[in-house]
Amino acid sequence: MHALHQVYRTFFYPHSFRLALPDVWAGFQVNIKMMVIAEALVLVLALALAIVRGLPGPAARPLRALAIVYTDFFRGTPLILVAFIVGFGVPGLQLGYISNQHVIVYGIASLTLVYTAYVTEVYRAGIESVHPSQRAAARSLGLTYAQTMRYVVVPQAVRRVIPPLLNDFVGLQKDTAIISVIGVAEATQLAQQFSTQNNDFPSLVCAAVFFILLTIPLARFTDHLVAERERRERAQAF
Amino acid sequence: MQGVSKWFGPLNVLDKIDLDVPEHNVVCLIGASGSGKSTLLRCINRLERIEEGEIVVDGQDITDPKLDVNVLRRKVGIVFQAYNLFPHMTVLQNVTLAPRKAGGFTRNGAEGQARALLRRIGLEAKADEYPDRLSGGQQQRVAIVRALAMGPKVMLLDEITSALDPQLVSEVLALVRELAESGMTMILATHEMGFAREVADRVCFLDAGRILEEGPPAQIFTEPREQRTREFLARVLEAEKLA
Repeated sequence: MHALHQVYRTFFYPHSFRLALPDVWAGFQVNIKMMVIAEALVLVLALALAIVRGLPGPAARPLRALAIVYTDFFRGTPLILVAFIVGFGVPGLQLGYISNQHVIVYGIASLTLVYTAYVTEVYRAGIESVHPSQRAAARSLGLTYAQTMRYVVVPQAVRRVIPPLLNDFVGLQKDTAIISVIGVAEATQLAQQFSTQNNDFPSLVCAAVFFILLTIPLARFTDHLVAERERRERAQAF
Repeated sequence: MQGVSKWFGPLNVLDKIDLDVPEHNVVCLIGASGSGKSTLLRCINRLERIEEGEIVVDGQDITDPKLDVNVLRRKVGIVFQAYNLFPHMTVLQNVTLAPRKAGGFTRNGAEGQARALLRRIGLEAKADEYPDRLSGGQQQRVAIVRALAMGPKVMLLDEITSALDPQLVSEVLALVRELAESGMTMILATHEMGFAREVADRVCFLDAGRILEEGPPAQIFTEPREQRTREFLARVLEAEKLA
């Protein structure tokens, strides 16, 4: 009984919880902000990159190569390193406007750089999963390559990759916590400060609860989409 | 079309093909799978490139590197065995996409034309359905109409009934027959011998990438000159009897 009580006192003590809540909530709003902006940027940039990777012909070879180097580099580098390099390195460059941004901007940039690399691969898988006969049909009607991508291939690809894409976004949401290492006052950092000052942990548990509450709806929504698609595909098989 | 050859790697899929299709004529290509029928059609639409020879459509050399393929493709409609409708678009959107984006139609103009075409094939009521709600025969008829909507001078039909249940074949063939009667220039790759005999002005038997024999249907089907043609027809007729 004593041990259980210790656990309760250390992690779940309501009084500490209540004291920490305003700070942690304020920090968590920063997490949400970084997440929303980064996700919007990733959605657009990753699609552009995936399309570049699929461009046909020898003329596009340098572009394709560049896209491959980008994805290899940022998929291989841990986010925490990217955050350090961007968050501390770029201000040190003293490049005027670029080096004088708020630290949150560098956080968003780091998340965007890394997750764009992941999501590019997701989009690319989607684009490649659209059967070549769809392109042939579109091109045979006189649509250009760009029109074929825009109206026929990409819409089908995006529909197919929504579940894995949302899955990557769950990862991005949690990884906003890593941005605390460059001094962004987000939920994890504020919770940790509170924890050190008061020598207990409910503030950290509180931050965890926020993350979980944000993730669960997205995870369930993803499950729902997957189940929906399976149901549809099974219906088509008969 | 003169001296057209094409290789897939070492495989000579088209071997010096000569073929002339006058306007308003219907030419049927018959032959076993792999004989080059589909490839030949895809070359006329420039979905495949040829390595040798010359293909002229409506006075225009389509092997010319300066040719705008998208302009050519508006003149040459092609319909595939697997329909290839766009699954994320309604029937109406399938039919109006190319006219709107590549054919210079306004939305209203394209939709008016599409509805008229769909009415002609009795599918106007399905205009707002998605393709997976349609039967195979209906989908294939929509695919034909989708190609027609660009106002092509030539229609290429690539085994368009091969993927259909037998009871759905006739509705598609009826539409093709109607097109033939309206004077549309068409090249069909087909396994439907009875139909080829009925609609074709000329029948070509392809074997290993070559036109082994060509002539009016009555001659090809009743007194083929080539041994290979006889064997092929015998096998097909046998299979039809068993079916």
